[in-house]
Amino acid sequence: MAETTTHVAEPTRRDFLYIATGAAAAVGGATLVWPFIQSLAPDAATKAAGAPVEVDLTPIAEGQIVKIFWRGNLIFIRHRSAQEIKAAQDVNVASLRDPQADSERVKNGKDQWLVVYGNCTHLGCVPLGNAGEYNGWFCPCHGSVFDTSGRVRGGPAPINLPIPPYSFVSDTKLIIGQEATA
Amino acid sequence: MSQHSTTYVPKSAFGRWFESRLPIAGLVHSSFVAFPVPRNLTYFWTFGAILVFMLVSQIVTGVFLAMYYTPNAAMAFQSVEHIMRDVNYGWLIRYLHANGASMFFIAVYIHIFRNFYYGSYKAPREVLYILGVIIFILMMATAFMGYVLPWGQMSFWGATVITNLFSAIPVVGETIVHYLWGGYSVGNPTLNRFFSLHYLLPFMIAGVVILHIWALHVPGQNNPTGIPIKSGKDAVPFTPYATIKDIFAVVVFMIFFAYWVFYIPNYLGHADNYIPANPAVTPAHIVPEWYFLPFYAILRAIPDKLGGVIAMFSAILIWVFMPWLDTSKVRSTAYRPLYKQFFWVFVAVCVLLGWLGSRPAEGWYVIASQICTVYYFAHFLIVLPVLGFVERPLPLPNSILESVMGVQKGGAGMPAGANAEPQSKG
Ligand code: HEM
Ligand code: FES
Repeated sequence: MAETTTHVAEPTRRDFLYIATGAAAAVGGATLVWPFIQSLAPDAATKAAGAPVEVDLTPIAEGQIVKIFWRGNLIFIRHRSAQEIKAAQDVNVASLRDPQADSERVKNGKDQWLVVYGNCTHLGCVPLGNAGEYNGWFCPCHGSVFDTSGRVRGGPAPINLPIPPYSFVSDTKLIIGQEATA
Repeated sequence: MSQHSTTYVPKSAFGRWFESRLPIAGLVHSSFVAFPVPRNLTYFWTFGAILVFMLVSQIVTGVFLAMYYTPNAAMAFQSVEHIMRDVNYGWLIRYLHANGASMFFIAVYIHIFRNFYYGSYKAPREVLYILGVIIFILMMATAFMGYVLPWGQMSFWGATVITNLFSAIPVVGETIVHYLWGGYSVGNPTLNRFFSLHYLLPFMIAGVVILHIWALHVPGQNNPTGIPIKSGKDAVPFTPYATIKDIFAVVVFMIFFAYWVFYIPNYLGHADNYIPANPAVTPAHIVPEWYFLPFYAILRAIPDKLGGVIAMFSAILIWVFMPWLDTSKVRSTAYRPLYKQFFWVFVAVCVLLGWLGSRPAEGWYVIASQICTVYYFAHFLIVLPVLGFVERPLPLPNSILESVMGVQKGGAGMPAGANAEPQSKG
């Protein structure tokens, strides 16, 4: 640029103006892109639909898995039998792909209730309950295996089924989407 | 377009007046009438025209479908059934569109493997070839989003699995996926934006197709010998020779297309997609459309989420580097005895991967997929570079004319070295 305007090698005032104009245009362009990208994010209505939901546990028999939706996400509520709880606890935690003790995945004293997100952590399919090598879940899409604590035990899934925020209102009532404050 | 000047002379006074203002008739004339075409092209060279026809067909049927379709999660499935049952000839328009996508891919795969066989990707056609790869990627994105629109079980779960591929990206993966969905799972916002993009992308494809054809008209077409046109005797004018041949091929292809549409319109689809989307249940056996199967097999062959995703995308992106991975100076596989065998092994591996992609991911299917995946990459990273050095190609004919008519007695033979092409080094 400098050659075409003047023969001095030193930057001129015009060079400065060129660069400043270019920089302003680049910043302006980038700023304009921002609202368009943001419009793709979950909108206000979608976020508001994330209000906590209450679940009555009384009709859920031992051994049963119930599916509910919160924020558009599938959630499993599993009423575990004593045997399933024991299977989940008698595991060498260090040997797991995503090491986590069963006690970290249930509420204190509520060992029989397992609440986990219901989409496989691989690519999001819904795993089949009471299936697979550990009788927890088996994902038919690409063969991920989960145990009775929802922890990944085989297949391509990288992590355990995550736990949604929830708390017990009473012994027979859950509220999903809200952690206990106390 | 660049080397040969236009021979177009407008005949009427209006023609001259117009041509001096917008020289479009001259452009068409030089590109599609006077354009020199190698005289030895086979029917494998008609797939370009077939692809243009398929793109137009998809756009026309798609624009009409969009008039009757409702891109809303609560109504999409119903509206497709409405197209099938109530709209006059709606069944025909939809079956043309749904099967048309498959026909489009059959044609593009033949076109791509033709190009692999005859070395059309090599200098001086690298940019032309890479534009083709971009078209292919855009086609895959378009077809994927189109398949989501009927909002059946396969639509929903296909969308879930494919968008979740991006969740494999470390740190920002989850945010990206929420931005793709416009929510916390595949839902109405996802369907809406996919419809918008499904309408847009084919027109972007049309734009890249124009660049592709432009880039083609600079070096001209490759041909079964791989050697360039050296004199007028090697070529024939595009019109009538290529025009009529292309039209004939398109008509034959239309008959093939019609067979699917009228006799087995659902053969390439999945019965599960006639069940409305249900986010609480995944079909027992989810598979993508047939044209994605080889890539899907590669995804599942790797027992690691991120690794599988990287392998799948690399399987396509590696095509971009082919002009530089192939070290052979000879274009056409017809003169490469060793490569010819590897080429067919590669075709077999791709077909096998496709079949494995349709099987459940268990037992020996997984092991076979892994072996094929390794071979797939080895073809590009080992076979192509190494063969160029170790293979002894067969002697090339002196000219296209000679390859068609045999060596001309008494005619002046080409001096040795006349086959050298200064522009195609590397
Ligand atoms: C590259 C070109 C295109 C390809 C490969 C393609 C592919 C597809 C596919 C695979 C489907 C699902 C068909 C089914 O199973 O029902 C579909 C649906 C649809 N497409 Fe396209 N499409 C293309 C261009 C277009 C264009 C340009 C439009 C609009 C202007 C369009 C509008 C639609 C509509 C409204 C549907 C939903 C109705 C239905 O599912 O039948 N498509 N497309
Ligand atoms: S989605 Fe469950 S294993 Fe892939």
